[in-house]
Amino acid sequence: MRPAGFAALAGAAGAVMGVATASTSAQDSAGNVSSVAIAEEGAGVYVQICQACHMADARGGAGAGTGIPALADNPRMADKDYAIEIMIKGRGGMPWFSDILSSRQIAAVLTHIRTNFNDYEEPITALEVDRAIALAGGPVSDE
Amino acid sequence: MTNGDAGGPQGGTTRRELLSMIGAMGGAAAMYQAMTALGHAAETQFTGPPALSGARPGSSVLVLGAGLAGLLAALELSKAGYRVQVLEFQDRAGGRNYSVRGGDRIVEVGGATQTCTFAPGNYLNPGPWRIPHHHRTLLHYCKSLGVELEPFIQNNHNAFVHRGDAFGGQPQRYKELAVDFKGHISELLGKALNEGALDQKVSVEDKEKLLVALREWGLLDANMAYTSTIRVAGQRGYDIPPGGGLSPAPTPSSLNSLGGVLSSNVWTQMGFYFNYVMQTTMFQPKGGMDMIAAGFMREVGQLVRLNTRVTRIAQSDAGVTVNWTDTQTGEAGSSSADWCVCTIPPPVLSQIEMQVGSAMQNAIRAVPMNGQVKIGLEMRSRFWEDNYAIYGGHSFTDQAISLISYPNDNMFKDGPAVLLGAFANGAGAFQLAGMTPEQRIEMALEQGSVFHPAEYRREYVSGASVAWSRLPWIQGCTSRWTEASRATHYRNLCDFDGRIVLAGEHATYYGGWMEGSMLSALDAIGRLHSRALSA
Repeated sequence: MRPAGFAALAGAAGAVMGVATASTSAQDSAGNVSSVAIAEEGAGVYVQICQACHMADARGGAGAGTGIPALADNPRMADKDYAIEIMIKGRGGMPWFSDILSSRQIAAVLTHIRTNFNDYEEPITALEVDRAIALAGGPVSDE
Repeated sequence: MTNGDAGGPQGGTTRRELLSMIGAMGGAAAMYQAMTALGHAAETQFTGPPALSGARPGSSVLVLGAGLAGLLAALELSKAGYRVQVLEFQDRAGGRNYSVRGGDRIVEVGGATQTCTFAPGNYLNPGPWRIPHHHRTLLHYCKSLGVELEPFIQNNHNAFVHRGDAFGGQPQRYKELAVDFKGHISELLGKALNEGALDQKVSVEDKEKLLVALREWGLLDANMAYTSTIRVAGQRGYDIPPGGGLSPAPTPSSLNSLGGVLSSNVWTQMGFYFNYVMQTTMFQPKGGMDMIAAGFMREVGQLVRLNTRVTRIAQSDAGVTVNWTDTQTGEAGSSSADWCVCTIPPPVLSQIEMQVGSAMQNAIRAVPMNGQVKIGLEMRSRFWEDNYAIYGGHSFTDQAISLISYPNDNMFKDGPAVLLGAFANGAGAFQLAGMTPEQRIEMALEQGSVFHPAEYRREYVSGASVAWSRLPWIQGCTSRWTEASRATHYRNLCDFDGRIVLAGEHATYYGGWMEGSMLSALDAIGRLHSRALSA
């Protein structure tokens, strides 16, 4: 579990969100508290987070025989609720992101994926993400 | 930690007698709980290698995956008399028990390919790299398989702590920050005590003892202040260190302010070293972490089929059949056995057609993974030893690379050595994993230069990065659980489905450690053996 204080401190520090990675779980970790800042706009979040798995072209890892799905030209991205749910709850090998991204960042990157890699023009808002998190009973956290 | 001697039973009953009484009344679980409370058995649940024997003649087991869980299962099941075959996707055994050396290729999802050019003897441990002294299962197998271990240097007081917004971005020695931290805290607590602020909380007697403790532990002066004295220098270092003969007398060093120390976050590192899994003594295998897999392979190598991609896992009342493709020749084949121990990691397993019920299927899809990133940087010389007196241990930073870690072997030698240039988690790991291998090296050099600005780029020879989320054979490094997913899915993940049982890093409460994978395998094969005998 992540101490709630870190998020609050990071929020108070300004627009750039600091991310605490000092693990309180028993898993091996570096033993630092990270100040790595993640972009606020969607394209930046995509580069800094999503493309680690979904690749720069958003074509995923299907070519390598993995199950990492393409986000580009993906009809499932038409469903805003579906897209939000995966970001806040994770699915399969993909973890949830509500612990390292703010609702604004999640909304921004989903909007980027829907408009830049697909043709779904309607933006996703931070409010919609907030609502989905509340509906899910709060953000997911590691045991 | 409860101390049995202070809080244990009185009146002549020995601890052993009490435990055996508890064992007789409440069974093994109650005894284990009591032993933990009395200060015993606080290590892992390893109780010695399994004594499996007497497998039914001709009975067989198919093991999928030749990581440590699979190799251990193969070793113990074959000892018990089973006919065992292991299918492994990669061209090597070990899985995450992995070392990268000169000549090794790292091929990522998306095709990025690195060929490591480290000098002979140098290596990067991209996955596990340090072994706690209480991981009894792993240590047992290292010993019995002849895997030589050497100390892994964990807490190095002379290494650095860096935060971008502390000390103008200048790294500080851990020992200076840690000594200053406890000095300032001691002074403040002493003031609070002396002003009577804690009189309601602390007895007069304890208050006196506490003041003595603060003065001694915090190195406070006669006025209970943390000031620059020669005694403090004895912990944090001197301006002029002690010399001999007519050389100048030693002088103390100047202290950091409370504000400076607080901005460094040094308590994070101090607390980190208190973690049970981070406490000294820690170990590493000589020559690379994969020496453990090599040790197993000396015993069961003849049972392992490499380069074998599992394409389908089917079962019936009679047994298990696995279809596969040879990734080198393209040959398709199948293997059958009475039972199957499947250690394929969940993100990969969920892509394979598998004849198990929805409970296990759903569990396999409920375990996401962390994608850590490690980067090895080969340097021409050991400048951290020569110029900084740093021998092993870690320098921490709040940048994406999280730390650099210094080699624990070959100290004082000439010739190139490999630094760990990054061990990134979380946001930093996503950022690094999303880059090209060249960009990762550049970021590692740029960020690591804060510690050794004059030498870092000058001495750099070559680098190799392992971004776990980009490795096609696993797509992640360590499993993530929530309380909810554990409650809903863990049992379904671990329970037999017909003739198939899962094991590995995902099927343990001890995720992210080789010990956990091995405990998972031991538990799975114990249950397999009982089933096979009673079937």
